[in-house]
Amino acid sequence: MRASLFEPIVEALQGLKSLVVGLRITGREFAKPQRTVHYPRQVVGDAALQGYRGHIELVPLEDDAQTPRCIACMQCERICPSNCIRLKVEKPAKPAKAAQPAEDTVDTDTVTPKTKRTADMPKDGGRKKVTAFHLDYTLCSLCGLCVQVCPVVSLRHSANLYLAGPTREAFHLDLLARLHRQPEAPAPGEGPRGGGKPEKLAPRKPFVKKDAEGGEGV
Amino acid sequence: MIALADLQIPGAFVRLVVALAALAAFVGVNGMLLVYLERKVAGHIQRRPGPFEVGPHGILQAVADALKLVGKQLVTPKGADWLLFWGAPVVSFMPVFLLFLPIEFGPGLYGLDTNLGLLLILAFAGLNVLALCMAGWGSNNKWALLGAARAVAQSVAYEIPLLLAVLAIAAMAGTLHLGEIVARQGSWPWQWNVALQPVAFFIYFVCSVAETNRAPFDLPEAESELTAGFHTEYPGMGFGLFFLAEYAEMIVVSAVGATLFLGGWKGPLVDGVWWFLFKIYAWLLVMMWIRWTYPRVRFDQILNLCWKWLIPLALVNLLATFVALAVV
Ligand code: SF4
Ligand code: SF4
Repeated sequence: MRASLFEPIVEALQGLKSLVVGLRITGREFAKPQRTVHYPRQVVGDAALQGYRGHIELVPLEDDAQTPRCIACMQCERICPSNCIRLKVEKPAKPAKAAQPAEDTVDTDTVTPKTKRTADMPKDGGRKKVTAFHLDYTLCSLCGLCVQVCPVVSLRHSANLYLAGPTREAFHLDLLARLHRQPEAPAPGEGPRGGGKPEKLAPRKPFVKKDAEGGEGV
Repeated sequence: MIALADLQIPGAFVRLVVALAALAAFVGVNGMLLVYLERKVAGHIQRRPGPFEVGPHGILQAVADALKLVGKQLVTPKGADWLLFWGAPVVSFMPVFLLFLPIEFGPGLYGLDTNLGLLLILAFAGLNVLALCMAGWGSNNKWALLGAARAVAQSVAYEIPLLLAVLAIAAMAGTLHLGEIVARQGSWPWQWNVALQPVAFFIYFVCSVAETNRAPFDLPEAESELTAGFHTEYPGMGFGLFFLAEYAEMIVVSAVGATLFLGGWKGPLVDGVWWFLFKIYAWLLVMMWIRWTYPRVRFDQILNLCWKWLIPLALVNLLATFVALAVV
């Protein structure tokens, strides 16, 4: 009997104590410095942008800031759950057969098997080249799968957080054109990852990994 | 003789008119000040600056808000009861002046010298419930009606412990005259009623938060459940009047609380109106602090707290007060 009588009272007193604890927490927060960045007058520092996930952007080669590291493997386009990456890839003309013209491979299923190609092709000039890299940012969910899947680290999240546009089309980004713009004039507010210095990445190695598609070695 | 008698009536009358004018200014200025303060407190607790862009540190934000409210078109919703709908904000706001009249702000600084001051305040504070009820019913809106129903249940419940707590003080002071209640307290904190009646003070404080419908007891206007509760449908100054009345009532409960428990305008060193204002603002700041700390309680919790805890506690406290008064 006694326990049941005093239990609610003890509980209420504990509750009151927790109320005081709550007040102490908000009181302490009140005294701490603020976090707000007064935007037009201040901007977020680069340190605060570490790990920020902006829209994706292409990573240039170490020795050539105009060319992406991309090897046109199309995996990013395939894996994207929102279907918002569109690549145009130029295949080198085959010297021996020369029957097939350079092919638009948006539909990857139509690409002819590439198993016998390596033998009669020049080592480097025969590489596939990406000629257009479009991102429909209105659809992107920033899941990061494309960045993860890219075998040569040719994609990363940009630090561009000042993205605004008057139309839907303003968010249809041409990443290749953007890469060409990047080194000279980083867009206002874009951090170092968007502009100047590229990240330190492992030097590019010939890609030999076999993928599930029954892949290719260059 | 007749001329002299005629002159005597205008004396009190002039005092009343001057007091009303001063109170109108006081309520208006404080309404804006409190809105600004509330938003600043909210901001700082959440580690952001609050209003910042209109004027230096946003001090003109409340003016901008007021202008916006005044400028809005007054729309009556379809199917609303015109008389109740537009009567409600007026009924809510009008008694506010009456509530301030018997309060003694400083030595001799009061609008109405009545020995039933406390009763007057308690009686007319109840009118706000009627206003909320009218607003909820007159709006022809389900959220408004739900908000009004909650307001009635909550206010009726919390008026009981509030009265019981106040009664303990009135019994101790032996008067309902607010000036005399102040006069019976000393200048130092241990001479205030709060030192003798801490339980009554606690009950009064909780009830005052609940009576003014402030978080965590803001169920009548719970924005996440009822959009805005009883004032969902009100445009422009219709909403503005409710808003002003709510802030005015906050000032009233803190002023009455300061009078009853904290020695009114008496304070250490130099007595005066500044102590009263200081106590009111401290009280209001604590109310804001509480609002931005606690989540809203559920409706059964709010009534449980009142009926199962505050009312028995207040009754026991009152009984103990009477016993103590009889013994001493
Ligand atoms: S982040 Fe996700 S949704 Fe966005 S482009 Fe990459 S894979 Fe598609
Ligand atoms: S996954 Fe990487 S290498 Fe492959 S196409 Fe996409 S960006 Fe280019």
